[in-house]
Amino acid sequence: MSSDSVVNDMVIRFANVNGTGSASANDMFSKAIFRMGIPVSPKNIFPSNIQGLPTWYEVRINEKGYLGRRAGVDLLVGVNPQSYAKDIAAVRPGGYFMYDSTKKLHHEFDREDIHYIGIPMMRLCMENFQHPRQQQLFKNIVYVGALAALLDIEIEVIRQMIREQFSHKEKLIPPNFKALELGFEYAQAHYDCPLDIRVERRDNVGDHIMIDGNTATALGALYAGVTVAAWYPITPSTSVVKAFETYAKRLRIDKATGKKKYAIVQAEDELAAVGMVIGATWNGARAFTATSGPGISLMSEFIGLAYFAEIPLVLVDVQRGGPSTGMPTRTQQSDILSAAYASHGDTKQVLLFPSTPTECFEMAAAAFDLADRLQTPIILMSDLDLGMNSHMSPPLTWDDERRYDLGKVLNAEELEKLEKYGRYLDVDNDGICYRTLPGTHPTKGSFFTRGTSRDEYARYTEDGEVYVRIVNRLLKKWETAKRYVPAPELYQKENRSTQGIIFFGTSTYAALEALTLLKEQGMELDAMRIKAFPFDKTVEQFIEAHEQVFIIEQNRDKQFRSLLVNELEVYPKKLLTILNYDGMPITADTIVHQIKDYLLMYAHNGRHINNHQRKSL
Amino acid sequence: MTYIKPKFRHPGLKRNKIGFAKSDYEGAISTLCAGCGHDSISGAIIQACYEMAIEPHHLAKLSGIGCSSKTPTYFLGNSHGFNSVHGRMPSIATGANLANRDLIYLGVSGDGDSASIGLGQFCHVLRRNLNMVYIVMNNGCYGLTKGQDSATADPGSVSKEGSNNAFQAIDLVGLSLELGATFVARSFSGDKKQLVPLIKAAMSHPGFAFLDIISPCVTFNNNPGSTKSYDYVREHIAATSRLDFVPEEKEITVSYEEGTSASVRLHDGSLIHLQKLSPHWDPTDRDSAMNHLQKAKSHGEILTGLLYIDPHSGDLHQLLDTVAQPLNTLREKELCPGRAVLEEINAEYR
Ligand SMILES: Cc1ncc(C[n+]2csc(CCOP(=O)(O)OP(=O)(O)O)c2C)c(N)n1
Ligand code: SF4
Ligand SMILES: [Mg+2]
Repeated sequence: MSSDSVVNDMVIRFANVNGTGSASANDMFSKAIFRMGIPVSPKNIFPSNIQGLPTWYEVRINEKGYLGRRAGVDLLVGVNPQSYAKDIAAVRPGGYFMYDSTKKLHHEFDREDIHYIGIPMMRLCMENFQHPRQQQLFKNIVYVGALAALLDIEIEVIRQMIREQFSHKEKLIPPNFKALELGFEYAQAHYDCPLDIRVERRDNVGDHIMIDGNTATALGALYAGVTVAAWYPITPSTSVVKAFETYAKRLRIDKATGKKKYAIVQAEDELAAVGMVIGATWNGARAFTATSGPGISLMSEFIGLAYFAEIPLVLVDVQRGGPSTGMPTRTQQSDILSAAYASHGDTKQVLLFPSTPTECFEMAAAAFDLADRLQTPIILMSDLDLGMNSHMSPPLTWDDERRYDLGKVLNAEELEKLEKYGRYLDVDNDGICYRTLPGTHPTKGSFFTRGTSRDEYARYTEDGEVYVRIVNRLLKKWETAKRYVPAPELYQKENRSTQGIIFFGTSTYAALEALTLLKEQGMELDAMRIKAFPFDKTVEQFIEAHEQVFIIEQNRDKQFRSLLVNELEVYPKKLLTILNYDGMPITADTIVHQIKDYLLMYAHNGRHINNHQRKSL
Repeated sequence: MTYIKPKFRHPGLKRNKIGFAKSDYEGAISTLCAGCGHDSISGAIIQACYEMAIEPHHLAKLSGIGCSSKTPTYFLGNSHGFNSVHGRMPSIATGANLANRDLIYLGVSGDGDSASIGLGQFCHVLRRNLNMVYIVMNNGCYGLTKGQDSATADPGSVSKEGSNNAFQAIDLVGLSLELGATFVARSFSGDKKQLVPLIKAAMSHPGFAFLDIISPCVTFNNNPGSTKSYDYVREHIAATSRLDFVPEEKEITVSYEEGTSASVRLHDGSLIHLQKLSPHWDPTDRDSAMNHLQKAKSHGEILTGLLYIDPHSGDLHQLLDTVAQPLNTLREKELCPGRAVLEEINAEYR
């Protein structure tokens, strides 16, 4: 073992063919690292296809806990000859390319500056397993075994996972052990193990869990009391409702009757899905739908109805690469504007920006309270990276004392006492009026819900003055919303720098890493993470307090910046953007480089830069 | 419900068995054109609900967009209503029904609303056999946008502007039979005698009850040459049966001649009596309904009445196997698995 080996800091990429069972072996690999107490961050890079095309799985291992994507591959496990050329090119100089050496590697794939590790995966499987299907599947376990030897992963940790995975199919444990051993022993016999990149047990993951955002979102909805889910399949949101169903089947069956305390409908399209949700919440149930960009476009008309008729609506947007069908299996934050202003006419929608699975859970649960409280659509702005990849995240927590906030809903007793009920009367002067549910009282409280203009008593009107009164009250409600949505997070007690940085959602991982890297290079920036739209006062104050503010976002058109400029009284020239929209999660390096470039440019122009003591130079 | 206040009762005013007068089922004054077929259908709905002694707050009325979809304002003023967006009422009704299975859902739509922009949702709500009454006020045109041909306009039908419709018509009755609807009827806004018992039967049907009601638009589609005009419909109507709806507790007093009558017992014990005008017709036989419909069409006749009913229909809740209690009444205790379970779930992700 060389003394200058790199411990617990590397990127391993797996190049597979989709539909070959590699996914579970790859998960096993990252989970093993995690169970060794080392922070790990796996990402699936997959095509919009079911079988036969290249897929990648990239794992960043970093004991300091940086979980964003990092460019440069230290070791590539290439089991897909289709993509060898691209894969070999991706390995950093001095890195490793591990491949199935059952077939000799063609000369065209030679590179002087990397190491080749040939493991005859297929041959080992052919020699040791009977069935072709087994031979194919165990190939994946063979490379996990080889990696264990090469990277110094504790083999017992992997064995334990195999035991757990097959606790109900114990027959499968010995052959899995066998495959693991074949890879392990071959690597040990033929290569210097471990390599100069390796892992070593740490205690750096605490009580964290490894969960994907979509599952966490689904659990949030389940805990928040959702009984109706309507959806139309679309990547990358499908697994939200699928996970909801899995847990509902487990946790929402009435013990006495065996019947379901939930209803899930796979609708005919997104228009119907959101319509069903609106119908259900109008009728007093908690309901939600999950979709992605194309679905948001289709749902727009209904989102406007919910906004204007003031019906609670929770919508999960797991964003993917747009426009149109775009890059359906890649990540982006590019629905910001279409969600914020979804629908025609004057509309504004409340957005929540989770950045970890734990926040997906918390914000999903909060979304239902917010929707009921504010009687308006709430859109949870997740993305493919957050939704479909496992992330190390604090455990999910729930306070058993917590009660659902169902907002202002009048019951029969309250209606009975009322002289005259007006659905759109702003009784409390906060812009939020009292709703009633069908079936509450035989003679009081009924009203006609409509998307047309109406007066305070829900009566149709084309009177311009009344219309203005109503839409202005909606603006008042918007102001009220600012008090209810999660406040931005600041990463310093007080502002110290002339530069600030604003980020949201999954850019957080890379942004926080970048801030540390910049600080190490003597550049300190104040940072703010925005968790919701509408923006509260502190966002404006933060921008005002800095000479430049860098906005990190993952789309081409600076959509978040547009939203800030549009909604706040800030000087637009101050807002610089750092963008990433190639479909892969943004990296800390991208942020660091672009910020440095900006600062140099400013220095060139004779202005002082990054004065984090706030003194003039 | 214990909140019914004793109201001043006009001694002469007739009331139903739960103490409501017919006026309690009325709505705002209609703003539709005088003579519009839709208003007659509103009248039939009011009459049916009054006779059925429906508690107004146990019914929710829903609609899309169009003159027809405006009508819920003009009936059942004590019921919650939802005037949604064009062609999408079925999805609103689906969600509402999933949330609370205990109410009666009365959906009103137009031929534009259901046969064009909303054709998809119409087909799918029907497939799901959502427990609701679904009325299409069918005038063969888009009334509210000034009379353009709709998808139910017959080929060759002449519009007010004088143009001949070149396209095939979508017959919602034929379509719904084909798609497996469990209650299919056609009627005419001008035939209140047929309409009222049909609406009553539809409200008792435990599934999707579809009523295609031809409802002439006096302003844009009542001209000579139109196949949806009052005159044309009256001349070409052919009824399948005369129909009586007998609520569950009523003693059956009407007598029917052997061989010409059929009765269908509904899940709640109510009876639908049909005095059949054709001896070869069986209202519980889908094939026979489809055949008769096809035949009538080729003879240029408009077949009306209850065309098909499946009295054993199981609605969406049954298909989804949901609890009997309305989902909107469940709270934390029934819905939230709690902290301890969450900790178990956390452990599965380590
Ligand atoms: C998305 C959308 N497109 C178009 C319209 C305009 N529009 C309103 S009513 C209507 C047609 C209504 O026809 P029908 O359902 O037959 O009702 P009728 O007025 O004939 O009773 C149309 C096209 C609309 N409201 N929404
Ligand atoms: S335009 Fe036609 S459908 Fe509309 S109200 Fe007038 S008559 Fe009725
Ligand atoms: Mg019409």
